[in-house]
Amino acid sequence: MLAVNIHNLKLKNPVMTASGTFGYGEEFADFIDLNRLGGFVVKGTTGTHREGNPYPRMVETPSGMLNSVGLQNGGVEKFCKEVYPRIKHLDTNIIVNVSGSSIEEYCDVASQVDALDRIPAIELNISCPNVKHGGMGFGTQPGMAAEVVEAVRKVYHKTLIVKLSPNVTNIAEIAKAVEGAGADSVSLINTLLGMAIDIERRRPRMANVTGGLSGPAVKPVAVRMVWQVAHAVKIPVVGLGGICTAEDAIEFLMAGATAIEVGTANFIDPAVTVKIIDGLEAWCKAHGVSDINDIIGII
Amino acid sequence: MKEIHDFRIIERRQLGEQYFRLLLKHGGQMQPVAPGQFVEVLVEDEPRVMLRRPISVHDADAEAGTLSLLVQIVGNGTRRLATLAEGDSLNLVYPLGHGFTTAIPAGSKALLVGGGAGIAPLLHLAKTLHAGGVHCTVLLGGRTASLIPVQDDFRPFGDLLLATDDGSLGHHGIITTHPAFADTYDIIYTCGPTPMMKAVARSAAERGLRCEVSLENMMACGVGACLCCVTDTDQGHRCVCKDGPVFDISTMSKWYSNK
Ligand SMILES: Cc1cc2nc3c(=O)[nH]c(=O)nc-3n(C[C@H](O)[C@H](O)[C@H](O)COP(=O)(O)OP(=O)(O)OC[C@H]3O[C@@H](n4cnc5c(N)ncnc54)[C@H](O)[C@@H]3O)c2cc1C
Ligand SMILES: Cc1cc2nc3c(=O)[nH]c(=O)nc-3n(C[C@H](O)[C@H](O)[C@H](O)COP(=O)(O)O)c2cc1C
Ligand code: FES
Repeated sequence: MLAVNIHNLKLKNPVMTASGTFGYGEEFADFIDLNRLGGFVVKGTTGTHREGNPYPRMVETPSGMLNSVGLQNGGVEKFCKEVYPRIKHLDTNIIVNVSGSSIEEYCDVASQVDALDRIPAIELNISCPNVKHGGMGFGTQPGMAAEVVEAVRKVYHKTLIVKLSPNVTNIAEIAKAVEGAGADSVSLINTLLGMAIDIERRRPRMANVTGGLSGPAVKPVAVRMVWQVAHAVKIPVVGLGGICTAEDAIEFLMAGATAIEVGTANFIDPAVTVKIIDGLEAWCKAHGVSDINDIIGII
Repeated sequence: MKEIHDFRIIERRQLGEQYFRLLLKHGGQMQPVAPGQFVEVLVEDEPRVMLRRPISVHDADAEAGTLSLLVQIVGNGTRRLATLAEGDSLNLVYPLGHGFTTAIPAGSKALLVGGGAGIAPLLHLAKTLHAGGVHCTVLLGGRTASLIPVQDDFRPFGDLLLATDDGSLGHHGIITTHPAFADTYDIIYTCGPTPMMKAVARSAAERGLRCEVSLENMMACGVGACLCCVTDTDQGHRCVCKDGPVFDISTMSKWYSNK
């Protein structure tokens, strides 16, 4: 009833988790059965170890939060040698979020992950707004977006999902460019660039000054962008941004998403993903929907 | 194992204007909670608060299935929690983090230094150390007398010393000028405002004393998944929620040297 496909990727249900909000899955193993997920996307992984931005890195804002973590991770080799062996037995789709600050770095990470049997897909993060010399540039111009996707396509042979930045004036144009460059799917949205000021101390609330907005505050923007992109491309769309409930997920599916990812909501309720899966099933039953694919893109 | 659970508030006590204490009952089999560990509290019916709030375990009784929280009202979330009454439920994710070292030889001398809301985790610690035959000196401080809650609860578990910036109670002066610091200890534990903890850490480091600090960085997930809560350590960024909140200062020289 809930099974969907993203290119060659078969998901038992459309519910995945968003990169940077779910660690390597292990952090949530006490709260949920990870095997129930359609899939999960691990932390942004770069060519070499990164320390990320200085603290403070987050601040709560109305119905959302800003973060400027800045791609802190141990690097792709550490992922392959230390993390992958610990999680590869899981009976769900493990997707690696591939990040970088040059085309060479993206290709290096993608080709190392290509060799891992139990990783059926990557999500190419061309949109992270945090790293000064990194992602932002690639995701904001169609030409540069196409260039990095084309290069990664040559070295990566499984399902290639490209994650788009919402910090652009015409997201459909970027989506079409990456589709033309060989992407199998696009996911959106990454965080919206934002800022918050501590007026008593008269200084920015985060050390990095600006950061990415996520959570329910971004949901209407995300639904609109998913709808625009779904109408512009033929490849499947993965929708995310502020999803907290099964009803939120259905909104994204109707807007044209084949699958969804849950991010910030995991912080509020670490078991939210299984509640969304159960909620989707209950909603389909209550509404006489025998196949979830029947509601995808109906708007 | 960590769990998400609805506790019931079985007792609520106001402690001066700024602090209150909640005694929570699990109702089933509570997970073991070590001194220095914390919980992530869900703040309901307050539209300005979305993320859970990290609060230390003030006291825990495994047999009774109860734990208590000592909370200082500082903003929207804690103000909303202050309105909860006996009988209300409170959703927690717990137990979280890596707590204080309590496996130290009986007869050892320990100094526990707490400031403000940082006093909270020290009660469970003092109780546990005392039960293990460790001699505890508990030094609590604050700007003024009314900002040092729950002093008497510590008395059964060690020598209690107090310091206030304005001299309204105990030693007159900031806590790190208290004469008790001049003594030597097998271990010093501290939790409170960052400048206080750094001063305690520097004083311990200068004299080669073992010392553990409990940090209170801003958190989003509380379980090591988002990397929002990191602190500088001598090995680079570490998560306060998972690798801490308690850190041995032998790995923190970069942190405490940076005033
Ligand atoms: C591991 C840990 C254990 C803690 N234990 C306790 C405890 O036992 N008792 C207790 O009263 N408090 C404790 N705190 C601090 C507590 O989490 C914050 O005071 C609380 O989150 C503030 O929420 P609020 O919505 O009331 O304030 P907000 O409206 O979020 O903020 C109000 C003000 O407090 C500041 N603030 C918010 N969060 C923190 C924080 N984590 N550290 C320092 N300043 C902050 C903000 O910058 C702002 O100026 C602990 C924090 C951590 C990380
Ligand atoms: C703390 C944090 C870290 C994140 N790290 C990454 C990352 O490494 N790579 C990435 O592509 N997106 C990252 N994101 C963005 C999320 O994956 C997601 O696109 C965004 O948060 C919107 O979804 P949400 O509102 O459900 O959280 C991060 C988000 C947060 C809150
Ligand atoms: S709060 Fe998320 S990693 Fe510590």
